Amino acid sequence: MKNKLEAIRKYASQKIEEAMNLNDLNDIRVNFLGKKGELTQVLRGMKDLSKEERPVIGQIANEIRDSIEKRIEDAKTVIAKKAREIQIQQEVIDVTLPSKKPALGHQHPMSIVLDDIKSIFMGMGYQIAEGPEVEKDYYNFEALNIPENHPAKDEQDTFYISKDIVLRTQTSPVQVRIMEQQKPPIRIIAPGRVYRSDEVDATHSPVFNQLEGLVIDKNITMADLKGALAVFASELYGDNVKVRFRPHHFPFTEPSAEMDISCFKCNGKGCSFCKGEGWIEILGCGMVHPRVLEMSGIDPTIYSGFAFGMGIERIAMLRYGIDDIRLFYENDMRFLKQF
Amino acid sequence: MNAPMKWLKDYVDITCDMKTFADAMTMSGTKVECYEALGESITHVVVGKILAIEKHPDADKLVITSVDIGEDAPLQIVTGAKNISTGDLVPVALVGANLAGGLKIKKGKLRGVESLGMMCSVEELGLEKDHYPEAPEDGIYIFEKEYQPGTDVKPIFGLDDVMVEYEITSNRPDCNSILGIAREAAATFNQPFKYPDIKVKGSGGQADTYASVEILEPQLCKRYAARIVKNVKIEQSPEWLRQKLISCGIRPINNIVDITNFVMLEMAQPLHAFDLEKVKENKICVRCANEGETLVTLDGEERTLDPSVLVIADAEDAVAIAGIMGGESTKVTDCTMTLLLESANFDGTNVRMSSKKLGLRTDASSKFEKYLDPSNVEQGLNRACQLIEQLGAGEVISGMVDCYPVKREEKEVSYTVEGINKLLGTDISEDEMIQIFERVELKVDREHHRVTVPTFRPDIEREADLAEEVARFYGYSNIPTTLAAGTPTVGKLNYQQKIESITKAMMESCGLYEAMTYSFESPKVFDKLNIPKEDSLRETVKILNPLGEDFSMMRTLTINGMLVSLATNYNRRNETAKLYELSYVYLPQEGQELPDERLKLTIGMYDKDMDFFTIKGVLEVLFEKLGILEDVVTAPDVNYKWLHPGRQATLSYKDTSLGWIGEVHPDVADNYDLDTRAYLAVIDMQHLTQAANLKKTYQALAKYPAVNRDLALIAKDDILIGQIEAIIKQRGGKILEAYQLFDVYKGKQIEKGYKSIAYSLTFRAKDRTLEENEINKATNKILNGLERELGVTLRQ
Repeated sequence: MKNKLEAIRKYASQKIEEAMNLNDLNDIRVNFLGKKGELTQVLRGMKDLSKEERPVIGQIANEIRDSIEKRIEDAKTVIAKKAREIQIQQEVIDVTLPSKKPALGHQHPMSIVLDDIKSIFMGMGYQIAEGPEVEKDYYNFEALNIPENHPAKDEQDTFYISKDIVLRTQTSPVQVRIMEQQKPPIRIIAPGRVYRSDEVDATHSPVFNQLEGLVIDKNITMADLKGALAVFASELYGDNVKVRFRPHHFPFTEPSAEMDISCFKCNGKGCSFCKGEGWIEILGCGMVHPRVLEMSGIDPTIYSGFAFGMGIERIAMLRYGIDDIRLFYENDMRFLKQF
Repeated sequence: MNAPMKWLKDYVDITCDMKTFADAMTMSGTKVECYEALGESITHVVVGKILAIEKHPDADKLVITSVDIGEDAPLQIVTGAKNISTGDLVPVALVGANLAGGLKIKKGKLRGVESLGMMCSVEELGLEKDHYPEAPEDGIYIFEKEYQPGTDVKPIFGLDDVMVEYEITSNRPDCNSILGIAREAAATFNQPFKYPDIKVKGSGGQADTYASVEILEPQLCKRYAARIVKNVKIEQSPEWLRQKLISCGIRPINNIVDITNFVMLEMAQPLHAFDLEKVKENKICVRCANEGETLVTLDGEERTLDPSVLVIADAEDAVAIAGIMGGESTKVTDCTMTLLLESANFDGTNVRMSSKKLGLRTDASSKFEKYLDPSNVEQGLNRACQLIEQLGAGEVISGMVDCYPVKREEKEVSYTVEGINKLLGTDISEDEMIQIFERVELKVDREHHRVTVPTFRPDIEREADLAEEVARFYGYSNIPTTLAAGTPTVGKLNYQQKIESITKAMMESCGLYEAMTYSFESPKVFDKLNIPKEDSLRETVKILNPLGEDFSMMRTLTINGMLVSLATNYNRRNETAKLYELSYVYLPQEGQELPDERLKLTIGMYDKDMDFFTIKGVLEVLFEKLGILEDVVTAPDVNYKWLHPGRQATLSYKDTSLGWIGEVHPDVADNYDLDTRAYLAVIDMQHLTQAANLKKTYQALAKYPAVNRDLALIAKDDILIGQIEAIIKQRGGKILEAYQLFDVYKGKQIEKGYKSIAYSLTFRAKDRTLEENEINKATNKILNGLERELGVTLRQ
């Protein structure tokens, strides 16, 4: 009996070693350890053994069963590992093949610039205001201290809808509308389309985008205006950029200024980009004219404020080196894809 | 405004270099646009005196000259010039000289004879022949005055001058003159301003016995002054005067014209001279033109006028267009004996409008357009008369006819030191402020903190204007840079702006590119888009003065711009275009002055791998993000004429219409030269914002198993999937978790006119494992509903 068991162990070992795959191993398990398996058969014959022999043989038989099971399991691990290795070897791909890229959308360059500007000012506590593009003459001119006969009214070459209605020539009327509706403190920016009667060419468009800013509160000073716009310039153009404020004239601000930034191409040394000046004009600004405050129902003896306005096309053209404003409105995918 | 430096320096001492000058002027508010050293490219040209002229031995057309250039020995120059004679003083370019057009003078031999320089014409010096009537047509310039041989010619021709271009803002019409700029320069550099000393001697008599002046339109002519000049001698102006005009690019004509031009440049006061003998009854009347009245202007054109045009008339006819141009009939000629010299102040707008209407813009009109100071009328007139006396151009009769109905008074403006400092954010002392006020000629009453403003500064009206004067000369760059304290405000997007921002992000996440198109377009687009004649979309906001028909109305729909953009891409052979735009339409509103401006999301796309459902999918991504996808209904209940009749739908959320979607009608595609299928969608952003639901609440993850049931249905062809799904959704009850269409089939085994539809339904309860009978009940309820309402049955 004992010899028989040993023979089984040996035979099983040999079979396990010869096994090629998991199926072979399964067969081996069935053949030796299954209900009709060889070892099981042997164990069934135990009942014929003497009382003394039974435990001894039983122990040996159990040992052999455990050992076969263990060897089968070990062999399984080895075979599975090998199979995985083969699978992996077969699955090598050329990683340089083209990807299955999801299509990426693109923002309009003017939108990118506008979003940058918006987030700078929102960070400083400004909200975004809007106003109509088809606007009353009153808001576009009179309420901004541009009287009926002022040359500015003609200079701007306004599109008229009727005697009293125009296409706004600037985003500044939003200032007035906000001041009429809202009590100080006011901190807003108002981006939007504006219209001027300019024939279309590389640098002119009868439709373009401006962004207006307005701050009204007690004790707002021109120093605060400089501060806010200096932060804006360094956020938009980087810390190295210098700003300068020059006196200028706008009917709705007093004092008025234009802000230049040091040329980012030549760092202010003077180059063809900045026409040798070293400075690039970026925006107009000033302290809100007391008459504008009065007309909007804000008492200039209590409140003061500043306003500024800039052209978005110009900023986008400067940033990206775009030399033809018409590209913004053609919507050629090859143009838009670059941003 | 262009002003030459040399002339400017007559009134103010400027010693710094040009860059410093330009920067300082720019920073005090008179922006220097650019400056140009005039004779920069001309070097080594001196006055030469011709000592001898000999024939060239080998050339008939050449002569050999000996020229004294102030050196020890005369220079030998061979020339072909014919207009020279011995003793003439001429400009001589020495060897090494640079002339206009990059011409360089070298030592040379002409037919074997050495030549050590070149005699020059005005053109060769880069000057305009027109400005030098004395220069010969085709020859060497010969100086009329005596100069030492060897003298540099550049100062003689003003070629050592620097021309500066200034940007003058509309609030400073006074700066459109040399004196105005000089006044600013004096204030900028804190130098004395040397205003010319204007005095007219007068030769007796009384001006008002020679002529009378009447203003019928005091609104349009604030002041009209005239002086009379007798025994006029028309001749050439002296060189200094000619040179001043030339340096400003104005051609000298004769002493009288040159003097009026000089005063216009110097003082921004246009003048006009009439031949008094031709002014009927010696009467000047400022009135509006009669309808159809005609006048031949100095340029020889006959002008037909109307009552909007202000004219100067004599007792009978118009003799000049006010502020723009004089008339032929009264013009000054060589025979003129007596002049009436006009100095007036005309309304800027009227001059501008008339000038536009007549298509006639002159130096005078462009000055008047800017609203001049009526006080300047008198000084300007006297300045001219002073020069007439000085030049001996005539006898100025004493007195002035001055019609000045409403005198412009000097204003008084009060200030407080605190007020100015508070506005600027500075701490400037009153002394410093007063110093600045005095620099810009404001008279200061320190005791009452008040200044008197000269009439040429109408822009100074209140304290803020004085603050600007202080700031300009204190220096904008010296004002500190601070961040406003004040009450804090929160910078954030409002709800609609947030929805817009999400919309843009979703469009881009779907691979769309953002477009921008014009807000105005041509009324022709309605026909291009197949829009019926009576459609309300054709009611538009129209522009009275458009740039042409293509830009003549505000758009009522955005798709024309989108289709044009798609066509642009298609015709530039871009394989695919996927665009979106967020922009307004402008819808006229009954009883409202302003139109309704509505923000629209417009999507337009074409691609070979694209169909209706691609664009529908893009919108569904947006709806899902905005939390409304489940409740958006797509229904083919419209007939938009620009869309394919069988491929269009409206999109609505509950009772709100969101917009529409569809394939472009092939006829419309043809109208846009779009030879491909293209897809459009337009969503109203206001409605979308109202519908959007960004509130999210957490639902516990399912713990109990789901059960799937597949349904094979038979439906008539015209039954829409949307109708079937509405019933499945409505009747499936709470336990219906999801439904998925997985097959639509027509053909073999299916009766003609019918289709087979297969759905997979998923049932699940939150709190228990579903029982078979519950699922059967729900399924039957769905099937009953489908059969009853749509005649859809289970496939047998």
